[in-house]
Amino acid sequence: MITMDFAYYRPKSIAEAVNTFQDLTLQNKKALYYGGGTEIISMARMNKLQFAAVIDIKEIPECNVMQINNQKLTIGAAVTLTKICETNLFPLLSRAAKATADHTSRDKITVGGNICGLIPYREVVLPFLLCNSQVILAGKEGQRTVPITQIFDKTLKREKSEFIVQILTDRTFIDLPFEFVKKTKMEEIDYPLVTLALIKLGDEIRAAVSGLCSFPFRSSRLENEINQISVPLQTRIDNIMSNLPGPILNNLQGSAEYRDFVFRNTLLDALAKVGGAS
Amino acid sequence: MFQVLSKSLIELEVNGEIKSIVVRPADTLLFALREQLGLTGTKDACGNGDCAACTVLVDGWPVKSCLMLAVEAVGHKITTIEGLKDIPIQKAFLDKFALQCGYCTPAFIINSHALVTIHPDANDEVIKEWLQSNLCRCTSYEEIKEAVKWVLGQ
Amino acid sequence: MTAEEMTIIGKSVNRKDAPEKVRGAAKYTTDYIAPDLLHAKLVTSTYAHAKIKSINTNEAQKVPGVQAIVTAEYCPGIVGVILEDQPMLAKDKVRYHGEPIAVVVANSEYEAKKAAELIQVEYEPLPVVNSPGEAIKPNAPLIHENHGDYRRLKHVFPEPGTNISNHVKIRKGDIGKAWAQCDVIVEDSFSIPQSDHAALEPRNSRCEIKPDGRVIIYTSSQSPFIVRKLISRYFNLDEGKVIVNTPLVGGAFGGKAAVHLEFLVYMASYAVGGRMVKLVNTREEDLIGSPCKIGLEAKVKLGSTKDGIIKAAEITYLVDGGAYSNMGVAITKSIATDCTGPYKIENVFCDAICVYTNHPFTTSFRGFGHMEYTFAIERTIDMLARKLKHDPLELRIKNAIAPGDTSPSLVGLTPSNIGNLKECLNQIKKLINWDGGRKVDMGNGKIRTKGISCFWKTPSTPTDAVSGAVITFNPDGSINLNIGPVELGVGSKTVLAQILAERLKWDINKIHVTMEVNTELNPVHWKTVASMTIYMVGRAVLEAAEDLISQLKSIGSIVLRCSPTDLDVADGKVFLKEDPNQHLDVTEVVYGYKYDNGNSIGGQIMGRGTFIMKHLTTLDHDGGKGVPGPGWTLGAQAVEVEFDAKYCTYNILKAVTVLDAGKVLNPKTAEGVVKGGMSMGLSFATREYFDFDIQGKVLNHNLRTYKIMRFGENPQYIVNFIETPQIDAPYGARAFGEHGIIGMPAALGNSLAAASDTDLNKLPLSPETIWKTRKEAAQ
Repeated sequence: MITMDFAYYRPKSIAEAVNTFQDLTLQNKKALYYGGGTEIISMARMNKLQFAAVIDIKEIPECNVMQINNQKLTIGAAVTLTKICETNLFPLLSRAAKATADHTSRDKITVGGNICGLIPYREVVLPFLLCNSQVILAGKEGQRTVPITQIFDKTLKREKSEFIVQILTDRTFIDLPFEFVKKTKMEEIDYPLVTLALIKLGDEIRAAVSGLCSFPFRSSRLENEINQISVPLQTRIDNIMSNLPGPILNNLQGSAEYRDFVFRNTLLDALAKVGGAS
Repeated sequence: MFQVLSKSLIELEVNGEIKSIVVRPADTLLFALREQLGLTGTKDACGNGDCAACTVLVDGWPVKSCLMLAVEAVGHKITTIEGLKDIPIQKAFLDKFALQCGYCTPAFIINSHALVTIHPDANDEVIKEWLQSNLCRCTSYEEIKEAVKWVLGQ
Repeated sequence: MTAEEMTIIGKSVNRKDAPEKVRGAAKYTTDYIAPDLLHAKLVTSTYAHAKIKSINTNEAQKVPGVQAIVTAEYCPGIVGVILEDQPMLAKDKVRYHGEPIAVVVANSEYEAKKAAELIQVEYEPLPVVNSPGEAIKPNAPLIHENHGDYRRLKHVFPEPGTNISNHVKIRKGDIGKAWAQCDVIVEDSFSIPQSDHAALEPRNSRCEIKPDGRVIIYTSSQSPFIVRKLISRYFNLDEGKVIVNTPLVGGAFGGKAAVHLEFLVYMASYAVGGRMVKLVNTREEDLIGSPCKIGLEAKVKLGSTKDGIIKAAEITYLVDGGAYSNMGVAITKSIATDCTGPYKIENVFCDAICVYTNHPFTTSFRGFGHMEYTFAIERTIDMLARKLKHDPLELRIKNAIAPGDTSPSLVGLTPSNIGNLKECLNQIKKLINWDGGRKVDMGNGKIRTKGISCFWKTPSTPTDAVSGAVITFNPDGSINLNIGPVELGVGSKTVLAQILAERLKWDINKIHVTMEVNTELNPVHWKTVASMTIYMVGRAVLEAAEDLISQLKSIGSIVLRCSPTDLDVADGKVFLKEDPNQHLDVTEVVYGYKYDNGNSIGGQIMGRGTFIMKHLTTLDHDGGKGVPGPGWTLGAQAVEVEFDAKYCTYNILKAVTVLDAGKVLNPKTAEGVVKGGMSMGLSFATREYFDFDIQGKVLNHNLRTYKIMRFGENPQYIVNFIETPQIDAPYGARAFGEHGIIGMPAALGNSLAAASDTDLNKLPLSPETIWKTRKEAAQ
């Protein structure tokens, strides 16, 4: 039972969505773009989120695209994680999607919703970070296309009126060899202790991480260390751990000390698999 | 643009029937189904999307109705347990003793029915992926798996 | 009739409640929807221990639709089942996180919640007692300052001036002399956390007060007759005017045995002039506000001869009963009477102490404390085996309890009341392939190990617990079985119908059992707890069947002109034994027999059966001598795991139970309930616990973070029954609704301890805990 009252809008076009947002802003009403809504509903129930309106983007045609053309994979923000997995056009993304929540929830959770969520994990962003995907944002100033690595710093930095319409990924990336590992406290359906995604472009290894810190990240520092093949692996990993972009999470899922242990070993195992150990 | 600004009359298509109900935009589909339409086969057991006892089908796919707004369901086809009659999975749950207290049963049946319909060739991994969404506190889950596999084998 | 001739007992008859359940048509308490229903919402404590300085309801009162707000000042006295120590709503101070403080009644759930959110409670935090160990420290903060003044309703021994709510002692043999006979002694400490039942149906109740003063309660409960008693006692009402209804219950596991929300919903209805009010826990409220499972801290010391004969056991059990005693004090007694596990030990010195803490209050939970202490005992037995260099399974066989031995509270054991543990152990040895390698290195960093545990349990009921059964006929000769237990999910109503069908040789489909309980209409059944339904109600059903048969024979003897002893009853007929063709169809006599000329005899035929516990005694306080229950159910369990030596993660591959069931009445439901218990035991052992912060607040109070085992995480389950009849039980069937859970944490713990070469003495056995324990042991 959500006691807070709010209005519900379901625009049919990008323009309608943005205009609605703008109108509400002018009326001093806080509006949220709404994808699957799972996080918004559960947080609203606990009064952890205050807003006056939601703008459901699921009927905007562009937000429902899931196709490859012109050597680009286009994924609409309102595509559900289940659809990602069922179509499986982007295997690494399918893996990341499958690591999120449970199957029935994934019938509702959307790509855009997960990336813009408030929980610390948001595993769906990891493949896009690794592939230098482009995000199409729509807002009051119109649309813009930006590399995700440029605007994702702990969260997706965007203007208030903006929402993700689509994410574009170069086809060359989606079939690259990858490794994806999610480690949990005990059971599969849980927030991660750590989630590690690696892709390999030729000899270069890229890595993105969730669960280790209070936000998902891909860091050049970490990748530089990983790729210094001449340095002993243990030293590289020690260097990585002493240069993390934030403190290690310490919560119900696991202590910081345990996460540290799990991440080191997960990285060791994953590098051994993709051939980055030596 | 479809919009519901405050407590309003909406139409939902549930089990093939068009139903008019008054809801607040903040009301969940679960609340509307149970409290407005009296379809109490859909259970409220956590309100947080964790147990899946409130699972219904939305356009044929299982969805947790506690994590969906009633207004969001406008324009979609909703199927609740009351809309499923004498389907094989119901018989299988009965014959395989795949239920005890029965509180999670309607949702397990809804989800299992969607699974065997969408993936009639589901292997163990797919069965697990789908049914892991639902919590059961009484059975050992083995009985439920047996019931699903029996239907898949038909 | 011999066992070979039985036609329905021993068959997997389909559950009578299943057709409704698979269609979503089964109705539970909370499924009542009506426009004139009022809704109640709780305001609960955000502190574990604090003075309530003020409660401000001004803003809440202004919310449209609000009808009443109830706080402690409107509540009469304090309540309890054994020790009266609990205010209905927190008064002056709160003693646990989640404790109800106020109830808002409004026209809708929305308005009630909205108002509840606006009630401001001002607290002054108090020092917190955050574990049983802290509770017994000499300078521990007192949670109940005046608990010496609390009224004791039953045999209970609180210690005023401390946090101790009960102290039960077992003194068997001469422990002082016993140690001298021991060549090997092991001793260790164990810790088992509080956790919750987490039944899928959250606890909920409704109440209305009729113009004539009748109080009608609808509640998701295991104890509708106790609800009637307590509502009547604490609100000073005639018991006959309190009518309690319980339809199907969506899982209980002991958690719905306590009376809690019923008090609140009665007050809520009273506050609005008797209108019907519905109160439903949210999952968060259900996990911590309503009663949970005890925690346990244990110290176990065992001594044996070098040949592995266990001679002495010295044990301290500290029960975390939480903020209020409820059933925690009774669980403590139950732990004490079975404190050693099913072993022949001549010298036992055990103190079982229930303490108050600032944790959620506790009630019965599947196993009634046996799962918890069994973890401590069975881990210690494995340690003893290691020290003796004995095979742990052989050591258990060597010390297995048997007829001729005595229990810790000195009950003499017979084949009927104890069963055959050695046979269970012999069977499990084969089923888990014990001799095929207890520890196998799989070569890829994975190790496979097997662990074992024994278990036993006798119910701990009041010495005068009663049950009853009434049988009536329909004109078509079908039967209505009218009984008082609640259908919690284990299928007992179907099995009770089977018992009746067997005795009457009747078609099971012509026996109707109502799933709902109504205290005004059904004969009393103490409570649906302690796995006692089949034993108690089954006895009453059999007696009612005898009554019915004798009435059928009596009227049959007149019509068929013979002696009643010439007759038999079966398949809806009363017939001459030597010539079944000479018979009466029951439809001719169930409402009286009418001769051709219109003369009628007999009247309505109704069977009546009753049952009361026999020969039970309270426990003598100084030495713990006494008879706790009518008999034990015991068995052995084993768990095989595959352990990842690096990450300390593991998969549970197989779990086996061999249980002496006495007689299996319905194999599929029997197997289902044992497997369900095993599943719950493994779920608890691997992940379930309340995570308290240093202020005693529960951090994981929803099902996102309070984890329950999911589909596909389960191992392969194997359940085997042996059958040593319990002579006084229906068809020899022992009680085992709970028992599947008891040895699971211990068997898993023994398996993982072997795999990790680490003494794992704390639950849950998360990979992080194993990793940390192993690391600390290495340092």
